[in-house]
Amino acid sequence: MSDLLAARSQMGVSLAFHIIFAVVGIAMPVMMVVAERRWQVTGHAIYLDLAQRWAKGTAILFAVGAVSGTVLSFELGLLWPEFMRFAGPIIGMPFSLEGFAFFTEAIFLGIYLYGWDRISPGAHLAAGGIVALSGAASGVFVVVANAWMNAPAGFELVNGQAVNVDPLAAMANPAALPQAIHMTLAAYAATGFAVAGIHALLLLKDPANAFHRRALAIALIVGAPAAVLQPISGDLSARHLARHQPVKLAAAEALFQTRAGAPLTLGGWPDMDRRETRFAIDIPSGLSLLAFHDPGAVVKGLDAAPRDEWPDVPAVHLAFQLMVALGTYLALVALWAGWRAWRGADLAHDRWLLRAIALATPLGFIAVETGWMVTELGRQPWVIYGVLKTADAVTPMPGLIVPFLTFTLLYCFLGVIVAWLLYRQILRSPEIPEWRGFYMPVDSRGSRKGEGA
Amino acid sequence: MTLADILAAVVFVALNAYAVLGGADFGGGVWALLAGGLRKERQRDLIAHAIGPVWEANHVWLILAIVLLFTGFPAAFARLGILLHIPLSLVLIGIVLRGSAFTFWRYGGEADAQQRHWGVTFAVASLITPVLLGITVGAVASGAVSGPRAPDTVFFAVYVAPWLTPFALSVGLFALVAFAFLAAVYLTLEAEDTELREDFRRRALSAGVALLGAALLVLALSGVGAPRVRAGLILAPWAVPLHLVTGVAAVAALVALWQRRYGAARVAAAALVSLILWGWGLSQYPYILPPDLTVTGAAAPAATLRLLVGALALGAVVLLPSLYYLFRVFKGRPTA
Repeated sequence: MSDLLAARSQMGVSLAFHIIFAVVGIAMPVMMVVAERRWQVTGHAIYLDLAQRWAKGTAILFAVGAVSGTVLSFELGLLWPEFMRFAGPIIGMPFSLEGFAFFTEAIFLGIYLYGWDRISPGAHLAAGGIVALSGAASGVFVVVANAWMNAPAGFELVNGQAVNVDPLAAMANPAALPQAIHMTLAAYAATGFAVAGIHALLLLKDPANAFHRRALAIALIVGAPAAVLQPISGDLSARHLARHQPVKLAAAEALFQTRAGAPLTLGGWPDMDRRETRFAIDIPSGLSLLAFHDPGAVVKGLDAAPRDEWPDVPAVHLAFQLMVALGTYLALVALWAGWRAWRGADLAHDRWLLRAIALATPLGFIAVETGWMVTELGRQPWVIYGVLKTADAVTPMPGLIVPFLTFTLLYCFLGVIVAWLLYRQILRSPEIPEWRGFYMPVDSRGSRKGEGA
Repeated sequence: MTLADILAAVVFVALNAYAVLGGADFGGGVWALLAGGLRKERQRDLIAHAIGPVWEANHVWLILAIVLLFTGFPAAFARLGILLHIPLSLVLIGIVLRGSAFTFWRYGGEADAQQRHWGVTFAVASLITPVLLGITVGAVASGAVSGPRAPDTVFFAVYVAPWLTPFALSVGLFALVAFAFLAAVYLTLEAEDTELREDFRRRALSAGVALLGAALLVLALSGVGAPRVRAGLILAPWAVPLHLVTGVAAVAALVALWQRRYGAARVAAAALVSLILWGWGLSQYPYILPPDLTVTGAAAPAATLRLLVGALALGAVVLLPSLYYLFRVFKGRPTA
């Protein structure tokens, strides 16, 4: 394994690990706050139990997210010192703002977790709200920095040096808005459906369980609207790619030749030698229609870039197809659940819907990971699109396979522990027999009020 | 004062805050490892309760320092990342294990053998991380994180020798003892009964004496290890007043502990550690990475610095009241 590949692998593993915790850290506080608010309004102890379980989940995931995020901020320099030397002054700004958002999140999460009986109920709910808001803001700032790597702006390149640096223009790069919307919606959709899916699975075994019914409802409220909006945001992203990152779009769609009326390619395997995609279903003019809202528009293919500036086309194409398929599935299930709820049906007794939601449990996260792979692998061989190659950014230190393996083992180990803790702490049915009944237990009102987390 | 100087000072303030706040959280882990006697479990519970609500916020000071460093002084960040790759990677492993093990320990639910393993992992990581942090500081202060090397230089000379020195190791030891001292002093205020408070008073007094020993060791090794810092600390016009104030803080901390005036001891201990840090910072100024990279030389373009200082001012408006609220809720006088 070359040092460049080891460095890329270590960065990839670190990001793939961190993104899960970041995504849950954005969405789970929303669920926690909704549950707490319902508890304050209705007085049902089930809602308090849910709020406290989701708070515990947030605590565990936020802690691991905070430390794995620290690793990433250092790794920018440990693995990519030349990238940071060039990019730091231009795009450090959103990282600094993210620092403040993250600070706010950590402060108010501490207050929320440990402050149940130290501050007023209103202040406590507000603290949870600030955690949710600053979590979303952190995510947006980091994505804005990544967007700049895809669509660099805010400087001029003179003899390999950046001059006339304008950090605000760098933040306002053309990829920032589509990426920020897409990632934020993805966080709510993936987390909402992961939580809803697990409770749907438990409801299939135990359909009357009041605890799981409430958990399912709140998780869907967070996840379903985002899943429905996500295809619209995906369209915005695709149109951005067609204009600003044509090679990435061409790789994602496995479009080898530039052409008018380009088809939308579903599935298939890109044959790199023959420069065609085999076994695919083509929808005529579909890509031109999606990318430019014009069936006759010219879409740039991979032939628009020299062969040595192509990304790994099969990997990007496969990841993209998977992301789109999973996103479509989540959107359809969300519409289905919304339609059933609108018609006044009891979702917890619709076994086919429950099965569909249960199946969605891991799918949102797989979509997040594959989407991230599209944006990162699709930009290669560049670390800053058109400006700096990844190979020129890597540290001169040899032996990078050692830290790569070390951090990979560490993260695998932590991942197993977290999964086990979440099951033990959050998902297992509460051992309160009355809560297994269909109706809200009458004696639960206020009975646990004021109890600490 | 140029903008770069202001920004360097802010980075240093963030490091200072990390040392006196986050450092004490590491120190708490050290005392969890060394817990003993009749009140072993109660000592550990006290430590966990003291750290729980604040450690993540305290940890963010380090992240803030890092992002300000790579935005404002990218050349310094790039060089640190290359030459101190190994100790910084080890610091990261320590940070990851400390943070996650603490959370697993406290949020794991049942108090079984597995939970105790997490407690031990947390404590050991709290012991190792400060040493490595100190080693990186020692490497910077000694002037070993210096300019470009010849391409044929051997691995050891480039990536190990700058930080594996007696001086850097002594700074690592000093950091560990200083963090443990801070934690013990703060814990005397957190304890709600006399026995626990006395436990940590004794620990604070011994750590205070050990800190003086570690400081003398660092000073002795600095003649060879970090001549520039040593010269700065002796010859600069501000040297004598700084030493006087530092000495006063040290004596005040120990006397206040002796007299059981814990509030005063907390202030004096935090001041002592801060003054020592600023002594290091001032003595290597104007260099950010001695002997060749100055604050100005490593600084980002003026447009970036202006925006960054503006963002810092805005951020402080959000951050400082929030921090005040956090510490008032959890570290004020016990209400319940």
